[in-house]
Amino acid sequence: MTSLTAPAAAPGAARETACEAEPPAARLARYGRRLAVLLGLPAVLAAVWWIVSERAENFFFPPLSDILSAFGPTWFDGRIAADLLPSLGRLAAGYLLAVALGVALGVLIGTWPSLRAFAEPVLEFFRAIPPPVMVPILMLFLGIDTLMKVVVIVSGAVWPVLLNTVEGVRGIDRPLRDTARVYRLRPLTRLRTVVLRGASPQIVTGARQALSIAIVLMVISEMFAANNGLGFSIVQFQRGFALPEMWTGIILLGLVGLALSLIFRAVEATVLAWYRGQRRAQRGGNR
Amino acid sequence: MTATTKATITTTTTTTATGELLRVSGLRKVYGSSGGATEAVRDLTFATRTGEAVCIVGPSGAGKTTLLRCIAGLLPPTSGEVVLEDRPVAGPPEGMAVVFQDYARSLFPWLTVAQNVELPLREKRVAKGERRRLVAESLEAVGLADVPGSYPWQLSGGMQQRVAIARAVAYEPHILLMDEPFAAVDAQTRADLEDLVRSLWTRLGITLLFVTHDIDEAIYLGQRVLVLSSRPTVILEDVAVDLPDERDQLTTRNDPRFQELRTRVYELVQRAKRGHRPASEVTLS
Amino acid sequence: MRKALLGLGGVAVLLVLLELVPRTSLVDERYLPPFSEMAGALGDSANTGEFWQALADTLQTWGLGLVLAFVAATAAGMAIGSVSALREATASTIEFLRPIPAVALIPLAVLLYGTGMEATLILVVYSSFWQVLVQVLAGVGDIDPVARDTARSFRFRRRTRALRLAWPTTLPYAVTGFRLAASVALILTITGELIIGTPGLGRLIAVAQTSGAIAPMYAFVIVTGLLGVTVNVLARLLERRVLRWHPSVREEAAA
Repeated sequence: MTSLTAPAAAPGAARETACEAEPPAARLARYGRRLAVLLGLPAVLAAVWWIVSERAENFFFPPLSDILSAFGPTWFDGRIAADLLPSLGRLAAGYLLAVALGVALGVLIGTWPSLRAFAEPVLEFFRAIPPPVMVPILMLFLGIDTLMKVVVIVSGAVWPVLLNTVEGVRGIDRPLRDTARVYRLRPLTRLRTVVLRGASPQIVTGARQALSIAIVLMVISEMFAANNGLGFSIVQFQRGFALPEMWTGIILLGLVGLALSLIFRAVEATVLAWYRGQRRAQRGGNR
Repeated sequence: MTATTKATITTTTTTTATGELLRVSGLRKVYGSSGGATEAVRDLTFATRTGEAVCIVGPSGAGKTTLLRCIAGLLPPTSGEVVLEDRPVAGPPEGMAVVFQDYARSLFPWLTVAQNVELPLREKRVAKGERRRLVAESLEAVGLADVPGSYPWQLSGGMQQRVAIARAVAYEPHILLMDEPFAAVDAQTRADLEDLVRSLWTRLGITLLFVTHDIDEAIYLGQRVLVLSSRPTVILEDVAVDLPDERDQLTTRNDPRFQELRTRVYELVQRAKRGHRPASEVTLS
Repeated sequence: MRKALLGLGGVAVLLVLLELVPRTSLVDERYLPPFSEMAGALGDSANTGEFWQALADTLQTWGLGLVLAFVAATAAGMAIGSVSALREATASTIEFLRPIPAVALIPLAVLLYGTGMEATLILVVYSSFWQVLVQVLAGVGDIDPVARDTARSFRFRRRTRALRLAWPTTLPYAVTGFRLAASVALILTITGELIIGTPGLGRLIAVAQTSGAIAPMYAFVIVTGLLGVTVNVLARLLERRVLRWHPSVREEAAA
């Protein structure tokens, strides 16, 4: 799998020099085109929605103009602080706890093959339980407080992180482990520099799955039982047949999902820059 | 290219009265598995003096890597012992560096070239200024002074193996183990790397234990060549390489004595492949 | 062999803990009944038609949603992926729509379909669709450029190109998408039943919870877990079978 003739310089170097030589007008045209490609279809879809919903007399699909004008009054008069922020706080607490717990347990289980064999079927079972069914169970123990919601998020989001971390730790190359031993790296260095970095591609994969599960559980736990939050508000609007307001909630939830996935991608690009580069170099060498 | 670099990387070696650095005695390794036990190494005994260059050759599957992993403390032997500088080896010892065959997989892909070389020094708690000097010098010694900020996967295979060698050299080991380090590089790079190892050994005065399946390489690099039998492994013969210390690819390899040694070792390896075992073992068992 | 025994040991330890922890009152028995009671409750409900009907409903919603999403996403992915202008134009929209959690659609689904099966079906189709689409797009993008040029130079017709070139390259990705979608679809099926109240195992759990039937509630949760394990195992088997010749599977099998 190793390439003998991989490029010695960073692959991006050639392209950068090409950009510098480009005249400003051409660069502007290029940016313009990219912007058009990026926003073209979303603009068209929004326009279609606007026009169609304006004419249609469907109760469930109010005109987009109504939805947009309802957005400000619905959310900016206190609901951001009363509903959105508590939701995001619980999400952040639950998600970060799940990742920390999943990585810690995953490293532990991945390091001991016997422990892994012992725990794996049980872990696979817990992962396979559809996470929302944990809501009724945890309500028994914890009531409907913030604590319940955080625990619900942890209980669903921890498994993909844990199992992927186990795989990642197990998959670290033997030559790397040997190197770490031969040069007598101390346990803490080994954990930080070898194990966690070596397993990071799988950890990130698990964390990505966990993020979408965590968002789902944030909403579900609030729909089930709560007195504030994004999921709670949306259900309230639906029950009160406040259709434009309900739609603003759906859109806001979509925006939250989008924003979180963008943040995740930025973090991933930094953490896994070496991995992408390595993959690219290997693939280039094989062709 | 490298011979002109001033040797400021130094090693101080504790030497026993006999000048012995490494002693392997009665080493045996049996791999146990559910299907039954496999005896990889039966009975290996040899010693190296301080500053010696010893090459180990043998047919493929002769347990060369097993032997090396036992010496490196990565694998506990079933019986027998390895003693380095008067201390029995149980786990990777101080003062030892290893260059593995799998260069691409023994470098940390998330660290730059310089960080890869520096990491073991950090763990040895070498002071920062000293670390920087050692990294720069060792990278220069292997001809990679201009790529410290690159990542290993941006380099060619030969360059990656140079990084692994630089990491080993910067560590200032008393003994350097190399496990078929050039098996996966092309012929030209291989010749360059052989000369690099030879010049580093001459300059630094370290003890070198070099495992290879290439007979020419073993004779070119070593002062002694240990020929291994096939499995279960014992030492078939200890061949002294009486070539001048000043060696280069062209004249050394054309030396009639080189040819003789090569024929000798070649015959031994062929015999080993056919399952020949030394007379001593036959009388023992 | 040793591994299987250890795994069984792990399951046994879990079951023993589930039995002993409530019995020794470490945890209130009203919240966590002993395992034997859960098993008993499961045995009781296995004698009722209600349980089997719920299981059948869940499987039906799951299967229908999965198939609909798979067919739609494969078709859309092949179409979008093979035209580069289309691919570029849709990229941002896909990236925008994909992270929207399917549960955001719950209120809308309730208004449109009440507690009918279609309400949950929408969630299942929406969430599985993206799993498959993204994989198929990656697959179409992975077609070997040399093979593509070869096909062009021999002037293969569009249909031939799609059948002989695009589909075989895309298949492994589509199957992976199917596997991912299968487990996501199950999660959303149970979620919809639990929250909206469409017929199925999820509703049984909700009903058991509100009526304080704790042991049956745990029993149904265990059933959903076992169902999840079954779906994962079967999907992985299917993936292996379809992709026997594919390098990634061969490597995995060899390891």
